[in-house]
Amino acid sequence: MAFDGLNEKFQNIFSGLKRKGKLDEADIKAANREIKLALLEADVNFKVVKQFTKAVAERAKGAEVLKSLTPGQQFIKIVNDEMTKLLGGELQKMTFVDKGINLYMMVGLQGAGKTTTAAKIANLLRKERKLTPMLVACDVYRPAAITQLQVLGDQLNIPVFTIPDQNDPRVIASEAIKKAEAEGYDLVIIDTAGRLQIDEALMKELSDIRDLVHPTETLLVVDGMTGQESVNVAKEFNDLLDISGVVLTKLDGDTRGGAALSVTYTTGKSIKFIGTGEKLSDIELFYPDRMASRILGMGDILSLIDKAQNMVDEEKAKELETKMRNMEFDLNDFLEQIKQLREMGPISNLLEMLPGANQKMFKGMDMNETEDQAGKTEAIITSMTPEERSKPAIINGSRRKRIANGSGTSVADVNRLLKGYEQSRKMMKQMGNLTKGKGKKGRFKMPFM
Amino acid sequence: MASFYQRMKNKLSNTKDNFKEKLDHVMYYHKLDDDFFDDLEETLILSDMGIDTSVKIVEALKMQIRQTGTKTTEDVKVLLEQIMSDMVDVASPTVQTPVIMMVVGVNGVGKTTTIAKLASQYLDEGKKVMVAAADTFRAAAVEQLEIWADRIGVDIIKSNTGADPASVIFDAIHAAKARKVDYLICDTAGRLHNKVNLMNELEKLTWVIEREGSEFNKHNLLVLDATTGQNALIQARTFNDAVHLDGMVMTKLDGTAKGGVVIPIISELQVPVEYVGIGEKKDDLIPFDAHAFVHLLYDESDQPENSEEN
Ligand SMILES: Nc1nc2c(ncn2[C@@H]2O[C@H](COP(=O)(O)OP(=O)(O)O)[C@@H](O)[C@H]2O)c(=O)[nH]1
Ligand SMILES: [Mg+2]
Repeated sequence: MAFDGLNEKFQNIFSGLKRKGKLDEADIKAANREIKLALLEADVNFKVVKQFTKAVAERAKGAEVLKSLTPGQQFIKIVNDEMTKLLGGELQKMTFVDKGINLYMMVGLQGAGKTTTAAKIANLLRKERKLTPMLVACDVYRPAAITQLQVLGDQLNIPVFTIPDQNDPRVIASEAIKKAEAEGYDLVIIDTAGRLQIDEALMKELSDIRDLVHPTETLLVVDGMTGQESVNVAKEFNDLLDISGVVLTKLDGDTRGGAALSVTYTTGKSIKFIGTGEKLSDIELFYPDRMASRILGMGDILSLIDKAQNMVDEEKAKELETKMRNMEFDLNDFLEQIKQLREMGPISNLLEMLPGANQKMFKGMDMNETEDQAGKTEAIITSMTPEERSKPAIINGSRRKRIANGSGTSVADVNRLLKGYEQSRKMMKQMGNLTKGKGKKGRFKMPFM
Repeated sequence: MASFYQRMKNKLSNTKDNFKEKLDHVMYYHKLDDDFFDDLEETLILSDMGIDTSVKIVEALKMQIRQTGTKTTEDVKVLLEQIMSDMVDVASPTVQTPVIMMVVGVNGVGKTTTIAKLASQYLDEGKKVMVAAADTFRAAAVEQLEIWADRIGVDIIKSNTGADPASVIFDAIHAAKARKVDYLICDTAGRLHNKVNLMNELEKLTWVIEREGSEFNKHNLLVLDATTGQNALIQARTFNDAVHLDGMVMTKLDGTAKGGVVIPIISELQVPVEYVGIGEKKDDLIPFDAHAFVHLLYDESDQPENSEEN
């Protein structure tokens, strides 16, 4: 899980302070030193660490902490505030134009995740802002980079513009704009080749493209696992291109957060999105305060709720509610729910948003097994006939055998599923009675909410 | 071929953080006092060596200075270089052909490009080389390797995106037997090391290689990106647990990243770094020289040193 190393250390530091009751300057100094080490070990840039611990120390020295009745809590609050500040303060929204084309240009080092991110953003903004996207393939260097974007475009049903055999990305970019204008696209995302920030020729190519097409935003894509180098990269790209924001990728790994905590300080530009998986829906807005709580081990309930709300289809939820009330909830609905749950992304990603959650808590639990289980359930239900799904009661021994064979599972698996379904039904009945009794009209919550 | 040191040096011109200069500067003003050691520690951390290792190096240096009574910058540098060289002193096993190489790593580190570079190098040595496109996951990953295979002129075994990587490797091994190749190099999909099911898939691939390719030697290579920080250490540990690594390749050293994290990695896992990548072209791969690498970490002057020429 991302930030595990850090949030575990912070929780240790904090619980040490809370136990103390009263704090003196030496306590604070010691805590600050531990914070410094934790951040350095997490790849946060050296200068950023110095600045951060200095800011925390200064505020902690003030009357705020020492005189407080709950000095530990006060100190934690300061760390939380400063970290939120370091991460950019508030959510920075994307810039959109009222009229014309919203043009975003993706830039960054090789292998950072630009192409995938370009496709993810196109998909997200089509859904959220109802824009009509076009992707532009300007990576003329890496073998098959254009094909990669085309494949992603096909998957999303988003057109990809390129000019075969054109090896000047400047030409491709400006032709793309003409086409978008002529055909009424209002969202254009330009994917560029990865390059080192010290490669002058290639960096100039980027500023040329920018001067030709005037992007609404230039987004620097940074691999979340980047080490001390993130500062040099961010600084050079920003100096040359005056980037408008950063996208941090691969946060589904167990990165310690160094890049996240260093880039905004270095550039003064906010992180706008984070990439959290290989699926094209695995992208989230970046909320500095929520991220700070996550890093400090305080969880991120707000993001979890957002996620659930985004994934749940309002219509389907209402339908389900009626079914539950009338006890018509069958295996088709069960399947639907599992699908929705899985669409929210890896279960481990969800769990890490819970307050106090860290790797240790889930040590005994195999996330992949949980996910396999959901996969199995899906397979079993899809191997049933429509009749069986709507009337599970008819599933007898020989049917169970057939279903197990068809889904590549065992009869025991099928039994387990049917039992689970029966239990949910019972639970729903009780819940139904309860809400009826109170005369409330509130709708049922998904079991996972 | 020019030595590792010279080629690196040419690539690494005009790096601003000149450690040597810093060292000279600090020692001029401070002698060997706390500020000096703090500065040294900072420089080591900035090269991604991590806290533990940096502290360890500084402590060892302090002790040796005390023991030897060293006082000059030059002598301190010699001590420091020796301490770090000792940490990365791991013998590189020679690869015996015929061999099946499996190349693994997280997403975007440079696996496919490194395979192309390796293939090209073995081809230049007059060897028979084949590559297997077992990254059937990432969009256009097969096409990427295919273009490289075409450019270099090596045989490629492939299937389509979405196919079972184990079946691609199965086919490749049988083709490699039939065509009597010296090197079969297998590309694999990038995977974050914390995804247990993906790591299990790698174990399955190893198993297919063991079973079908019993007459081949096996050589598993982990590709690491020099820009990665301390996470690379965890990557190396986890991949080593899953598939037993025989060697590592560190890419993107043509940037300004120092890649210092290999020092704790080599010293902990005792797995050698065999090559480093210094660019995107097929010849941008050079054999790793641990001692020269250490030297480079704190000597980045533009003038090549005569003593390092081969
Ligand atoms: N500058 C530089 N770029 C590299 C190096 N090795 C690979 N790359 C680039 O890194 C990107 C990702 O490489 P790729 O081989 O596709 O990574 P994979 O996903 O691990 O197979 C590509 O743009 C490569 O050209 C290197 O040594 N130096
Ligand atoms: Mg690849």
